Amino acid sequence: MMAARQAMPHQDAKERTRNFDEVALGYTEEQAIAEASRCLECRNPKCVQGCPVEIDIPGFIAQMKAGDFDEAIATIKLTNSLPAVCGRVCPQEVQCEELCVLAKKGEPVAIGRLERFCADHERKKGVAAPVRAQSTGKRVAVVGAGPASLTAAADLAKEGHAVTMFEALHDTGGVLTYGIPEFRLPKSIVRDEVEYIKQLGVDVKVDYIIGKIKTLEELKNDFDAVFLGTGAGLPKFMGIEGENLNGVYSANEFLTRVNLMKAYRFPDYSTPIKRGKHVIVVGGGNVAMDAARSALRLGAEEVSIVYRRGEDELPARKEEVENAKEEGIIFRLLTNPVRILQGDNMTVKGVECIRMELGEPDESGRRSPVPKAGSEHVIDADIVIIAIGTSPNPMILSGSDGLKVSPRGTIVVDESAKTSIGNVCAGGDAVTGAATVISAMGAGKLAAQTINDYLRNN
Amino acid sequence: MSYTILEKKQIAPQVHLMKVLAPDVAKAAKAGQFIILRIDETSERIPLTIADFDADEGYVTIIFQEMGKTTKQLAQMTDRDVLLDFVGPLGKPADVRKLGTVILVGGGVGIAPVYPQVKAYRDAGNKVISVIGARNKDLLILEDEMQAASDELYIATDDGSKGHHGFVTDVAKKILDSGEKIARIVVIGPPILMKVAAGMTAPYGVETIVSLNPIMIDGTGMCGGCRVSVGGETKFACVDGPEFDAHKVDFNLLMSRLGLYRPEEAQCQENHQCTCRSGN
Repeated sequence: MMAARQAMPHQDAKERTRNFDEVALGYTEEQAIAEASRCLECRNPKCVQGCPVEIDIPGFIAQMKAGDFDEAIATIKLTNSLPAVCGRVCPQEVQCEELCVLAKKGEPVAIGRLERFCADHERKKGVAAPVRAQSTGKRVAVVGAGPASLTAAADLAKEGHAVTMFEALHDTGGVLTYGIPEFRLPKSIVRDEVEYIKQLGVDVKVDYIIGKIKTLEELKNDFDAVFLGTGAGLPKFMGIEGENLNGVYSANEFLTRVNLMKAYRFPDYSTPIKRGKHVIVVGGGNVAMDAARSALRLGAEEVSIVYRRGEDELPARKEEVENAKEEGIIFRLLTNPVRILQGDNMTVKGVECIRMELGEPDESGRRSPVPKAGSEHVIDADIVIIAIGTSPNPMILSGSDGLKVSPRGTIVVDESAKTSIGNVCAGGDAVTGAATVISAMGAGKLAAQTINDYLRNN
Repeated sequence: MSYTILEKKQIAPQVHLMKVLAPDVAKAAKAGQFIILRIDETSERIPLTIADFDADEGYVTIIFQEMGKTTKQLAQMTDRDVLLDFVGPLGKPADVRKLGTVILVGGGVGIAPVYPQVKAYRDAGNKVISVIGARNKDLLILEDEMQAASDELYIATDDGSKGHHGFVTDVAKKILDSGEKIARIVVIGPPILMKVAAGMTAPYGVETIVSLNPIMIDGTGMCGGCRVSVGGETKFACVDGPEFDAHKVDFNLLMSRLGLYRPEEAQCQENHQCTCRSGN
């Protein structure tokens, strides 16, 4: 009989809603070896095809089976510069693990958790400084410091190019730092991963706004090549009545206050946040889950997710939906806000919602929700967080004539990540619109290959 | 990063001027833009409109009034101290063109961001009539600089201790009534002043520009905290502004959003004072 998949140890649900400490605690060494031993070592492994950064999955798992964790992390790091991050936030269930042969009959090997174990094992021991590559004398500018940019920068530095990274915020990591909460991805981990990339030779400039201090035009003249990983910017709102009332946040603002500015430690940290009693989060993705679970930890009595489609359509990772449910987040599915109701002094007092039914599939292949007439109802709320996505950041585009963008404002690239400007590549949310950390990393990797080829030939 | 304070001086009660070494920002800065600074690791990011800049010397001047915990903490800093972060220039530059005669109105610390605009409008070939005001003469800042940069300067104080006894808007109205052709009025100051000014100029049909300073975090269009309603549309002050057509701005919304964290701010200051006391 097939051995059961090792369960991930978690912080107790009741306990964890009162702190911001990490929820998933990670495998023990015994669990890690037991889980690795479930791998069948397929002759023709499918899992690797599901990995946007092409980790040698059977390779590192075989090393783990033998208890050789140092070798295993070295194998992972050949292609992935952010393993402690990926092991935590990648949606493995729809990538490597979905293709695992064991998934056909039962549960796949917990590849993500094994990756996390290896990375944490190395972190505990202290990460050895990497050997820097021989310099090629070529200079590359990387704009942004999120997952796409960090990956591109690491890969280019490994090739010996001099990489300068420009970040607009005061800290690196992009969405890993401002967006994903501490309880899902501790910031010390992001810092360590960035430190590793700095040790590869990447020069990081924070507080530096491309589009303002330097235009893209100037940048591409100053450097041999440029990578744009500027990420998703402007938060989307619904355009309904009451959205500018006090107490309505974009998920970006709410999470940035909590994560980047550490508002959950107010007043030790000076950035304030409204700690609501009844919080409604609109949206069903990972960002919505992060916002809802953060609001709960800030002390809300009741936190609801309001999502216009059904449970099966929730775009968030199943694991995160489960975690949220365990913590007591209420899911109001097939429900859509119609307007936000005003209380005293322009505050929020509730949200009028309408029930939805699923109709015919739309262009995304999902069944599109249709409002049910007469089903309007009011849900009490003092805080509303809108988590329905973002559109690309317009700032980079000031002073970048010739950079082709789509009608949605995303940067247009070809299959090798090249933009319409010769020595400029782009990747991540700036190209795709809001997507996953790992898809951004895959794009950063592809762009680094393209830039590397270009620099070798020019 | 770290940014050295080259010079810091008090220029009025609870109002301070600071020159900060930030060569990249100084080189790119234009009138009308702002910066965001963070004092230290636990500090907020606060936006301040640029009061002056010198690309050759590499510094940016900011002027701020002690309001909350962060500005009070900033006021305690002195020459050679360093700020952890100083990022900019942010926002769109003021749309400065040759228009003819323009009136520039600054109220309170709003005089600070008006000053570089006075110079810019003059440099663009306009006749600049400046009107500055404060609650009393002690709170009036940059009078000499404004005198030197403007073609004409008028002063108003609420208590009549200097210049016109009343508001800057009264003075601006008189100029409009004088029949001189005014192409544009720029008003920067407390939201209530900008609101009153917008109401005052509307009947004259004179283009009126205000610079909005709502609560913001990143200043790059990411958080949406600085959203303002302009002509019924939601705009982000950090990337769409900070300057907008005064006649289209919903000032009531702006003022209500600016007061959003007043309870937390009070708590924070209380806590701050407690810390100070226990340290004594």
